[in-house]
Amino acid sequence: MRSFKCDACGYENKEGTTICKKCGKPHDQAENSQLLNMRYDGTSIRSKTRNRSIIDKIWNFFSSVKVGVTLIAIALVASAIGTIYPQEMYIPQTVSPEAHYREQYGLMGQIYYQFGFHQLYGSWWYMVLIALIGMSIFIVSIDRGVPLYKALKYQNPKRHPNFLKRQKLFASYADYTKEDKKQLLSNLRKYRYKIIEKDGHFLAEKGRFSRWGPYVNHCGLIIFLIGTLLRFVPFMYIDDFVWVREGETKVIPSTEQTYYIENEEFIFETYGDDEEDQKFAEILAQQNAPIAKHFETSATIYRDISDDITGSEPELEEVKSGNIIVNQPLKINRLALYQDSYQLNEFQSMSFKLHESGDDAEESIVQFTVDLTNPSREYTFDNGFRIKLDQYYPDYELDDGEPRSKTNYPRNPGFVFFVYPPETEQPEISFLAIGHNIDPTQENDYKLGLTGFDVRDVSGLKIRKDLTLPILGVGAFIFMIGLIQGMYWQHRRIWLHPTDNKLWMAGHTNKNWFGLNKEIEKIIKHTNFTMPQDQEEKQHE
Amino acid sequence: MNKVELGKQKKQIKKRRRLIFRTIIIMLLFAALIFAVVSNLSADEAAVDVGDEAPDFQLKHLNGSGEQTVRLSDFEGKGVMLNFWATYCEPCEREMPYMESLYSQYQDRGVEIVAVSVDATELVVHNFVEDYNLTFPVLHDKNSQVLDAYGIKPLPTSFFIDENGVVVERVLGELTLEKLEGYLQQIEPS
Repeated sequence: MRSFKCDACGYENKEGTTICKKCGKPHDQAENSQLLNMRYDGTSIRSKTRNRSIIDKIWNFFSSVKVGVTLIAIALVASAIGTIYPQEMYIPQTVSPEAHYREQYGLMGQIYYQFGFHQLYGSWWYMVLIALIGMSIFIVSIDRGVPLYKALKYQNPKRHPNFLKRQKLFASYADYTKEDKKQLLSNLRKYRYKIIEKDGHFLAEKGRFSRWGPYVNHCGLIIFLIGTLLRFVPFMYIDDFVWVREGETKVIPSTEQTYYIENEEFIFETYGDDEEDQKFAEILAQQNAPIAKHFETSATIYRDISDDITGSEPELEEVKSGNIIVNQPLKINRLALYQDSYQLNEFQSMSFKLHESGDDAEESIVQFTVDLTNPSREYTFDNGFRIKLDQYYPDYELDDGEPRSKTNYPRNPGFVFFVYPPETEQPEISFLAIGHNIDPTQENDYKLGLTGFDVRDVSGLKIRKDLTLPILGVGAFIFMIGLIQGMYWQHRRIWLHPTDNKLWMAGHTNKNWFGLNKEIEKIIKHTNFTMPQDQEEKQHE
Repeated sequence: MNKVELGKQKKQIKKRRRLIFRTIIIMLLFAALIFAVVSNLSADEAAVDVGDEAPDFQLKHLNGSGEQTVRLSDFEGKGVMLNFWATYCEPCEREMPYMESLYSQYQDRGVEIVAVSVDATELVVHNFVEDYNLTFPVLHDKNSQVLDAYGIKPLPTSFFIDENGVVVERVLGELTLEKLEGYLQQIEPS
């Protein structure tokens, strides 16, 4: 590292220093009348020193405030682009994203999709951008914070005359008494300035800790970023979802098939059920559909205590039982199950009766119920009738004339029944679905009819575990402390410098000059000292 | 002179310390960056991936003789194609005949095909198996446990497992006959 000698005091300063560390003589070539740049108290910023190795070059890149601001600007623009069209997770799941963006937003949408902006916030380059900002913040903090700390810790109260003359607030007094000076120092102490003295030179200082505000703030930000990074660790963060039907027991995802949940009952209330809802009668009358007032899942959580292989019947032991309401999750081992959504009235079973085709009274010959969750193949009756469930479509639709099921769930069940009257081997075929009762041959002697059905509700539960929240909280808290520290306090310094027959005074603050001026007004009370001049204003005149 | 040299030495030490300090900080930061990007990219990936050992499981065999269960480990020493499917899934339906057409040929060469249905009811699976005359074992994952263990998202998803039980290939979505044959060749025991 190259260094240079201060021509006033002979101190070896590091390259890049603008104000001598020992005596405070400004080392720039500027005219004496120009105000001194007090940033980082004139110390050499670490990165500004000469560098050769690749590490130093990387360090310098990240420690540049220009680079940091550029990165933030790019991230800002990118984040804004991500909001032009909805992100992929918010578009309908039924169409392919490519088609959706093209159809909804035309050419622009297609370009948007091609560039991958539809999943911008999860893209690798966005992640890298945010990580680079984090790195920049970290390195800048070390690069600027450490020299500043050192410079402020080892301050020399005795400063070079040019240092004082080139401060924003400066005054030179010829007319003063010892008592005035004493009073001044006592006033400074009264306003909680810390005073150090060397050879009759004084430095009064307060609020230095406010200079650490930005660095404390950055520490908080880095802790916050680490917290968000830890969300990628499954142990720290789980975000999953499960649909559970009433009466059904299901494995809770992300628990490695350890925990199961049973939906005992889904409770759904709408406005208008209660007498007290009468006050809403007018507005309710204008609605087409009932408005949900309350929904709740009564659930039991089990643990599989068998150590059998995956897929074998679990041996369930009750762990916890309770009701899940919005914002009141059921918790096990920091895993919380939140009420998220619901589907009402999914078919659970359907009941049929058989009657003679010509019988207008539809007098029942046999009756049976099909359990849609686990339908039996055959239904036999004492009177010799036999009914075979040949085909079952839980969610029936016609696809090119072929019946098939759209989904796994009995939302629109369709059945093909083979009816075997007593002593016959030739069945009569009937097709039944909601709104359909088809006799393909038109020659059936017997007809099936729907007599009733049972429905059940499906509860959608969000599965959440977030151990990063305390880390995020601590990060945000430290961030706020740093912010307050830097915002509500100022670092104020006043130098007193005796010359042959005069006393010089200079003042500096890192912000809020108005406040410093006001304070000096109070400090010079009961003395002969006058207000120092604002040299910046003087220059403007 | 001695003093100057001492000063120089001090500076050298200081410089080296600074380099070490900066190297450590930069390495740590880059490690965090790589961790973030890698875990972000692998976040969507399944619980069982290429190179992993296929978790063992046991499920009800729907087209076997009588009440039977099948374990994946029953096929130790054989290559196994593990197909997750459902009757309502059209692409699954399209690839089933391909699997059936290659099954007997590859069974002789030590490759087994196992299809795990995630349908809710057994009845629909039975009907499907009859319609397509499927002869390879069709299992029923009634409680979705195996589905969860394998982290299946889209249907169909096929795993090609070698004779050592290691996943060689994981295919999301529909297979063509040529692709299927290629993957089956890959897991033929040597």
